Parts: sequence; structure tokens; C-alpha cells
Amino acid sequence: MKKEIRICGFGGQGIILSGVILGEAATRAGYQAVQTQSYGPESRGGAARAEVVISSEPIDYPRVSSADVVVALSQAGYDKFGTEVAENGVVLVDETLVDAENVMSAPFTTTAEEVGRKIVSNIVMLGYLGALIDVIPHDVLESTVLDNIPAGTEDLNRRAVRAGRDLWLNRGSGHHGS
Amino acid sequence: MVREFDYNRVMKVLGSREKFAQGDVACVYGAILGGCDFFAGYPITPATEVAETMAVLLPRLGGAVMQMEDEIASLSAVIGAAWAGGRALTATSGPGFSLMQEGIGYACMTEAPCVIINVQRSGPSTGQPTEPAQGDMMQARWGTHGDHEIIALAPASVQECLDLTRLAFNLAEEYRNPVLVMTDGEVGHMREKIVLPAEEDIKLVERSRPSGEPGTHVPFRAVDGAAPEMAAFGTGFHTYVTGLTHNERGLPTTDDADEHTRLVGRLVGKIRDDAERLTRVEIDSEEGAEVGIVSYGISARSAAGAVRLARADGRRVSHMRLISVFPFPERAVQDFASGLDRIVVPEMNLGQICHVVREALEGGSAVERVSKIGGEIIPPEEIVQALIDGGEQV
Repeated sequence: MKKEIRICGFGGQGIILSGVILGEAATRAGYQAVQTQSYGPESRGGAARAEVVISSEPIDYPRVSSADVVVALSQAGYDKFGTEVAENGVVLVDETLVDAENVMSAPFTTTAEEVGRKIVSNIVMLGYLGALIDVIPHDVLESTVLDNIPAGTEDLNRRAVRAGRDLWLNRGSGHHGS
Repeated sequence: MVREFDYNRVMKVLGSREKFAQGDVACVYGAILGGCDFFAGYPITPATEVAETMAVLLPRLGGAVMQMEDEIASLSAVIGAAWAGGRALTATSGPGFSLMQEGIGYACMTEAPCVIINVQRSGPSTGQPTEPAQGDMMQARWGTHGDHEIIALAPASVQECLDLTRLAFNLAEEYRNPVLVMTDGEVGHMREKIVLPAEEDIKLVERSRPSGEPGTHVPFRAVDGAAPEMAAFGTGFHTYVTGLTHNERGLPTTDDADEHTRLVGRLVGKIRDDAERLTRVEIDSEEGAEVGIVSYGISARSAAGAVRLARADGRRVSHMRLISVFPFPERAVQDFASGLDRIVVPEMNLGQICHVVREALEGGSAVERVSKIGGEIIPPEEIVQALIDGGEQV
């Protein structure tokens, strides 16, 4: 088993944190994982990108060679990486932030607002992505989320990661699709 | 400054032995588990996390952390701490490493044990602050003026950031020399699972202390090529410390050719003569291979990927990863290359260690390079291409 995942957006969206949580959750689930990141010199704004490679074998080259999933949380991220995906790979975008056709889209931002605050849209995305790649048990992902967020925000983040998972599980019946 | 290392106390602060951690942070764990009790530094991308994590953890263990006004002061503070008996660390990246060159020479000349982590980024000058590179490798060797030897290690994983920083402290103490941990922005910011060593796996090497009484101690007298005994400031021993050429008593003797030749010869010899003992390499040889790769640091990960791809395609290739880069493991590289027609050296620079490899293999295997700058680590496919078609000329 090997999954290569690229998450892109802009600085301040929690792109890198979501990559860190995904990688850590994968190691807690017994896999090898490497998380790498790229960002510009700005402290906010600018392009940000996290890459996670999850494998049942040791990982040599730590970057994504052929993405199984590209997640774009910004138009610029989509424009740059939206076509760099493996055959049978998935391009997943936030439907309120990215204008794209023939991709999988989901309402991460609006769902985050529904569960409490827009700031957890990266965690909604993570719940969705975790269910989509179906490698890490949800309870492992959820506990890893809770170990990586500021104290006092556990309920909000728990609601967010679960709402993301539910978006995936109910994808056939909702207003979004691939 | 001098204190007992208490594993249980350290682990209470570091937490669980298994972590999903960043390379820079793993360097901090390695330093602390290597007995580090002093850190001075100046923030710089991509090394800032070392300073930040040190500032959180080290004071809780009774150590001291100072943010200095620049990198010159940072290494000067580290050298002072070393002379006060401390196990001292600084961390920086290219622009700061340039500023530290004067201090590195002073540490070599005064035999101040210290560890410097260089999380290499793309240069020259301020270059690309957030992008990794391996462009400081020859600066590590020859950046400070005058004849000297340096010990430099190159981690290729987050676990190795921990392991090699820990090792660096022991080597610094044993050889009384600066030891460089030459990581890069990719390894420094990458996260992987690491396992902190168990108590029984920790062995702290310490500099030798004066065996005689104050008054009889000769501060720069070396016996059998080993580093001299070192008295800590404030322990009653009189020591004069200078970057000028000095005699065994530490007093300047700047117009004495014999004294200078003896001193610098000893400083160089204590490391050069131990080159084989300091050699650390990892070899993945394949029977019948005619081409090999010599790699180090993050590019070794690309090289391992290239070996996997090439072998899956039925090609025979051998791979040697340098874990210690200086003193250059010349004999090990010669042994590895024996029987190989070509050696490919992948680096995130326009050709640095490939020249040292070529010098070591003079008259033997042809040496070619795969160079990549700009921030992207070398895709394995580019190394495979060089294995098949030949790399760039060195």
C-alpha cells in the first residue's frame, strides 16, 4: 500500500497542519509516513503546500512523485497542481474556493461554518480525506486531530473532523459530487 | 554549567519515546540526549525551529538559551560556554553560517568543543530562504581561513537528525573541535516517526579533564595525538585562550615557525589521522554492477529511490551513502568504487562533493554529477537517467 497526497492552498489555511496530522495519524495506524512542506517567505498568504506519503514499506524519496489525491483549497493551488495527478487519482477541491470542472468538490468552508467556525475547514477537509483514502481508522485520525489543536477547541475540531467524514459517507445524497 | 546527565529527568521533559517530529526538532532531542546544556542562536529560516524548541525545552532541564544579536555572537557565546565546561550548540542556515566562519576557525584553534547545525538553504546570499539546498558543503570544509580539519555529518532522515546531533556532541568532546551537522531545509522541515534512544543506549563521551593540580596543568599539551586535557573556567586552572598561534602553555608565539607548524599539524592530525575511525557510510552493493552512486543527506533519499526504480527495471547499480562527509571517507569511497566504471554523485548544488569524490578516485572510476538547484529535491528519475545516459561532467 502506498498513497501519495498533496494538499495545496495559501498560508494561514492550516494546509501544513492538516498534512502533519494526516502523516502522524498514519504512523499511529502502523504505517510509514513522511510529511514535507513548501511555503513562501511570507508569514501569511502566499502559496502553501503539504505533501504526505503513506506506505506499508520504508519510504525513500519523501516527496510526491505521482499524486493519488490532490486537495486544492485555493484557486492558485488548483491551477498549479490540479492536473498533476496519477491515472485514477482524485482531485478534490473546496467548492466555495475553487472553480473547477470534472473534479470532486465538497463544501469544506460552509460545513466548517455550520459546525462553528470557518477556521476548522482544514479539519473538515481532513475528515473527508481520511474517509476517502480509507487507510487510517477514523478514531485514530480524530484522536490525532485532538492532540494537535489548541486546548479548549476540542469540541469544535471533533465536530469538524466528523462532519468531514460524514460529507464523504453521504456524498451520494448531497448536493456535491465528483 | 557542568552537571550530571539524568536520563529520567530529560525524558520527563521530552515526553514519549516515539514521536512524529520535524528534523529541526529531532536535532534538539539529539542535542539534549547528547548532554547539551547551552544554546545560543539567532533565528533564521529554515533553522528557527531548533532555537524555538531549545528555548522551550532546555531551561526546563537547567540549561541556558540565549538569543544573540547575530550569528557571530551566537558562535562566540557557544565557544565561551564550551570553555566554561558546557556542551554547547548553535544552529543556523547559509547566511548565518557565513558569519560563523570566523568563530569556527577560533573554535578549531582554541580547541573548543561545540556543535553547529547548518540547515542548508538555497544561496548565495539570502537566496531562497524557504528552499532546501546542499550548497554549503565546501564552505563547511574550507569556509574558515587557514589550515584546519573539520568533522561534518549529513543526516538523511529525521531519525538521523537526532542520532547524528547526539553523536556530534560526543565527537566534539573527544576531538575538542567544532562538529558540523549539515542538514538542509527539506530534512529540517520534514516530519517522520522517530524513536528516542533508551537509557542503556546513551553514552556520553566527555573531554578529558586536567589530571594534575592547578599550577602543573599545561593546557595545550597533547599526548599521543589525542586532544589536550581541558580545564573549565572557574575551576582554579590558569589558562590563556587565544586564536594566535600559541605554545603548549597557551601563550602567543606568533613568530616561531616551528611552534606554528607543530600546533597546526597537531590540530589537523588529531582528526586527519583518525579519518577511518570517523568514517560512517551505508553501502547497498549489487553484484555485477558497473555503475554506482555516492550520495549524502537528502539527496541520498532520491538516490535510494533511483536505485529502487533502476533495479525494478533490471539494471544493476550500487549505492554508497556518506553519513560522515568530513573528514572525507576516502578509503571507503575507493573500496566501494573498486570495480565500478562510473560513479554518479547527486547533489543539490552545481557540483561540490563530486570534486572530492573525483580526487579520491583519480585514475579509477569516472565521476559524473547530477545537479539540481532552485529548491526542488532531486527526483529519482533524474538520477536513473544519469545512470543510463551519463551525468554531467565533473
